[in-house]
Amino acid sequence: MTAPVLSCRGVVHDYDGTPALLGVDLDVREGEVVAVTGPSGSGKSTLLLCLAGILVPTQGSVQLGGVDLRALGARGRATLRRESVGMVFQYGTLVPELTGEENVALPLLLSGRGRAEALVDARQWLGRLGVSSVAQTTGGRMSGGERQRVALARALVTGPRVVLADEPTGALDSVASDLVAGELVGVARDAGAAVVLVTHDARVAAHADREVHLWDGRVDGSQPPPAPATPAAEGLR
Amino acid sequence: MVRVTTGHVLLGLLSRGEQHGYDLKREHDALFPAAKQLAFGQVYAALGRLRDKGLVEEASRERVDGPDRTSYRITAAGREELASWLTQVEPLPDRTANPVATKVTLLLLAEGTHRAVEHLVRERAVRVERMRELTAAKHRPGTTLQEVLSADLTLAHLDADLHWIDSARRRIDDLEGEIA
Repeated sequence: MTAPVLSCRGVVHDYDGTPALLGVDLDVREGEVVAVTGPSGSGKSTLLLCLAGILVPTQGSVQLGGVDLRALGARGRATLRRESVGMVFQYGTLVPELTGEENVALPLLLSGRGRAEALVDARQWLGRLGVSSVAQTTGGRMSGGERQRVALARALVTGPRVVLADEPTGALDSVASDLVAGELVGVARDAGAAVVLVTHDARVAAHADREVHLWDGRVDGSQPPPAPATPAAEGLR
Repeated sequence: MVRVTTGHVLLGLLSRGEQHGYDLKREHDALFPAAKQLAFGQVYAALGRLRDKGLVEEASRERVDGPDRTSYRITAAGREELASWLTQVEPLPDRTANPVATKVTLLLLAEGTHRAVEHLVRERAVRVERMRELTAAKHRPGTTLQEVLSADLTLAHLDADLHWIDSARRRIDDLEGEIA
């Protein structure tokens, strides 16, 4: 079994005293697709932000490609993220004034690649995701499904080891959502990238290799039940 | 009103042109892979009933290396019956006791909240696994539209179960908070 490319131990996070994560352990292996599910407020998005190094957890550690994120400053975490992580959010956030290919080329340009070369790579990725038709269309004029596919191409264009996706199909109808989830998992697998897919939608999560279900800031079943076995719930009689 | 659903399905298939019982069975099984396969006897019995009611009639009879093969066609009355059946909204199921809800209630009463929650987690896990299998099967190359539609329906039901399981759990958590 390969070493995890992304892992966290005992991650606790609170927002000004309001707990969001109460001690989460997670290992994601090379090329593995893991869905993180749970109801609203269960801590899914907070966990993803901690895994990305965007949030620094109150307690616990996160390792990305064997590097402990606590050992890095904000700038070091941003560099590691740019090199090793592709991120996708709910609304396929694109720069509305840039074309499809320019949006996809952006991370390459930021890491110092030449424009012509970056655009060639960008066009290849748009092709893989079946949206070559929007290469010259600005972000603001694309449909939801197109935007999300372009955002996916942008997440993968740098050849990341991990793709972190937060409700990537949350703004799409159920058929488009099923298609985009299938494409996300398919292209990430082909590219050998691991995926952490945060979703409240079990039908999207069903595309993953396995599911980690969060409940009130904990991985479901990761700890003994909170209450002793008290026979008879009087309130139900 | 013909109540035999097999009859209605056969009327639906015959509405596109006359067919033998043998072809009807094969077409039914291919179109509705999630349904139980039709037995030949079932097809011929249903065709007999439809004929007695005047909803289908014999179109031709031929012999090919064996017994006669009768081809059937739908009648005007059959088309009327089919149109009426196809546009009827399916009756909703009665509020019958759901075995999962029954077990969870009994676990709550007899063994306490955490046993009930444990059971909900188990019920959840089998549904998640089934959803993963169905999703993988649905996205395999060569899957037909009928197979996708059938998988989508099962997935939607399983998804609804998961929503119920989560809300049941939330209610049990709340109850536990109140009685603690």
